[in-house]
Amino acid sequence: MRGDQINLQNIVKRSATQVPSPQERDDGVETVTKLIDVSRCIGCKACQVACSEWNNLRDEVGECVGEYDNPTDLTPNTWQVMRFNEHENEQGNLEWLIRKDNCMHCAEPGCLEACPAPGAIVQYANGIVDFNSEHCIGCGYCVAGCPFDVPRISKKDSKAYKCTLCSDRVYHGLEPACVKSCPTGSIMFGTREDMLDLAETRTDFLKERGFENAGIYNPQGVGGTHVIYVLQHADEPEIYNDLPKDPRISPLVEAWKGIPKPLASVAIGLAAFAGFFHYLTAGPKETSEEEEEEVHADEERDQQSEEKRP
Amino acid sequence: MSKPKPHAKSDPGILRYDALSRINHWLIAISFVMLVLSGLPLFHPFFWSLTGLFGGPTMTRILHPYIGLFMTLFFVIMAIRFFKVSLIKRHDIQWLKQIKDVLSNHDERLPPVGKNNAGQKLVYWIMVLCVPLLLVTGLLIWQPYFADAIPITLRRLAAFGHAYVAFLAIITLIIHIYSGIWVKGSFTAMIRGRVSKPWAKHHHDLWYEEEMEKERKEREMSKPQHQIMTGEEPK
Ligand code: HEM
Ligand code: SF4
Repeated sequence: MRGDQINLQNIVKRSATQVPSPQERDDGVETVTKLIDVSRCIGCKACQVACSEWNNLRDEVGECVGEYDNPTDLTPNTWQVMRFNEHENEQGNLEWLIRKDNCMHCAEPGCLEACPAPGAIVQYANGIVDFNSEHCIGCGYCVAGCPFDVPRISKKDSKAYKCTLCSDRVYHGLEPACVKSCPTGSIMFGTREDMLDLAETRTDFLKERGFENAGIYNPQGVGGTHVIYVLQHADEPEIYNDLPKDPRISPLVEAWKGIPKPLASVAIGLAAFAGFFHYLTAGPKETSEEEEEEVHADEERDQQSEEKRP
Repeated sequence: MSKPKPHAKSDPGILRYDALSRINHWLIAISFVMLVLSGLPLFHPFFWSLTGLFGGPTMTRILHPYIGLFMTLFFVIMAIRFFKVSLIKRHDIQWLKQIKDVLSNHDERLPPVGKNNAGQKLVYWIMVLCVPLLLVTGLLIWQPYFADAIPITLRRLAAFGHAYVAFLAIITLIIHIYSGIWVKGSFTAMIRGRVSKPWAKHHHDLWYEEEMEKERKEREMSKPQHQIMTGEEPK
């Protein structure tokens, strides 16, 4: 795992920023990817625990809701959860589908696109999308931007939180905590190329075992993701707890955040200028002196005629 | 009651906005401008430095919606009070058709209009449309109070809507402010409440005539009363 360091001189995308970020030091940096092989996961949640431990997250102990899902959703303190789904396949057999749900580290991240705070969300040269809480203002726009419903706003400090892909560990040449803890080898980490290769091998294996529709989940609608799944049924990702089939940044978000915004900003400036130049050319609207005289003459006449009347 | 001579230099003119209207207007104006200045940095990073006016980026984000609530409250009052004078009349359409004459200061070609001209009425109606929309969309994306409870598509729609309704409101505001600078005498109308009679006749002839009619009637009314109270014979 050489050469995948991240540091502040190595940012390829930065929220709400028009100018390029420092990125000269990306030589030899390869993009990384986490591969989650759903077919091998046994749902032990070791990764969930490892995540909490490494990141110093201690969510409140919840209640059992009659399922294995616990906590039942991502929270500011829970950056990944195992989603359990009971699926009946075509043969009428039960399949227990267990998906580790966390930030997908999109190549084209909707969160970063929506974020209004310069530098609150960054993408490093190795592909990791990270929230910089120091710059986060708590507006919640990233939540609206994300096609996977991942970021969560803290009630304590009103800042957004999500999986960092252990950017701090990766920076020091370690794999993410979840990868390290997985007892079945269901979570793998490495260069993007290696992981895509490995995913291919696993898919072929699954196909041999009768899962004809086995495949890789690496959605192109968001430019591919740096967290990819191997799915037994890649043709219907929805059965894995509503994994979107063709995720992309919502057209509403594109319309909100896209080209109209700089245009509108310029239009606001132009409107102010237009006023100024109109004043320069047409001049102020004034009442003339003749009009003033006229009004006063009128009044005088009025008054006189009234006084004459009995 | 002593009445000032109409042609004296100290002509008090005509009352256009009473104190309540003026206070109301300026409360809205100040908070509206603050909303623009605190909303724009979130709209586009071009305007990010405006967050410095509100104590930093996070404070800007926190303050903006509260200023919005404050502004809306007073806007509702003003919208109700100004409703009747803002109804569009036939002569307003004609005035609008001659917008070129308006812009090139060929006022003598324009039809006489009432207390407000079509431009002012349009500002009223655009704002009456925008402010409620801004309130509703703003509430839907308000962190940490409401946003988390709102379905994601609605949140996206609200964020989109808020941004572009705000854009419309800001453009309208710029036009509104510029008119105040451009039309001499109207700024003082909103500061001191009064306009000169020539100003009224020039810009709002129908309103001027109405006011003059009122004045005449008042004078008529006060005459016989004066006689009764003093017992004097008319001269
Ligand atoms: C009427 C009550 C209003 C409420 C409750 C409200 C609320 C909000 C909220 C919650 C946000 C998100 C950022 C934040 O949390 O501060 C926002 C953003 C914004 N607001 Fe308002 N607002 C109101 C009125 C206005 C008005 C009158 C304007 C200007 C004409 C305005 C302009 C903006 C702009 C430009 C943004 C940024 C939009 C974007 O990021 O695309 N708002 N507002
Ligand atoms: S999954 Fe959501 S939070 Fe993660 S990078 Fe993509 S858009 Fe951002």
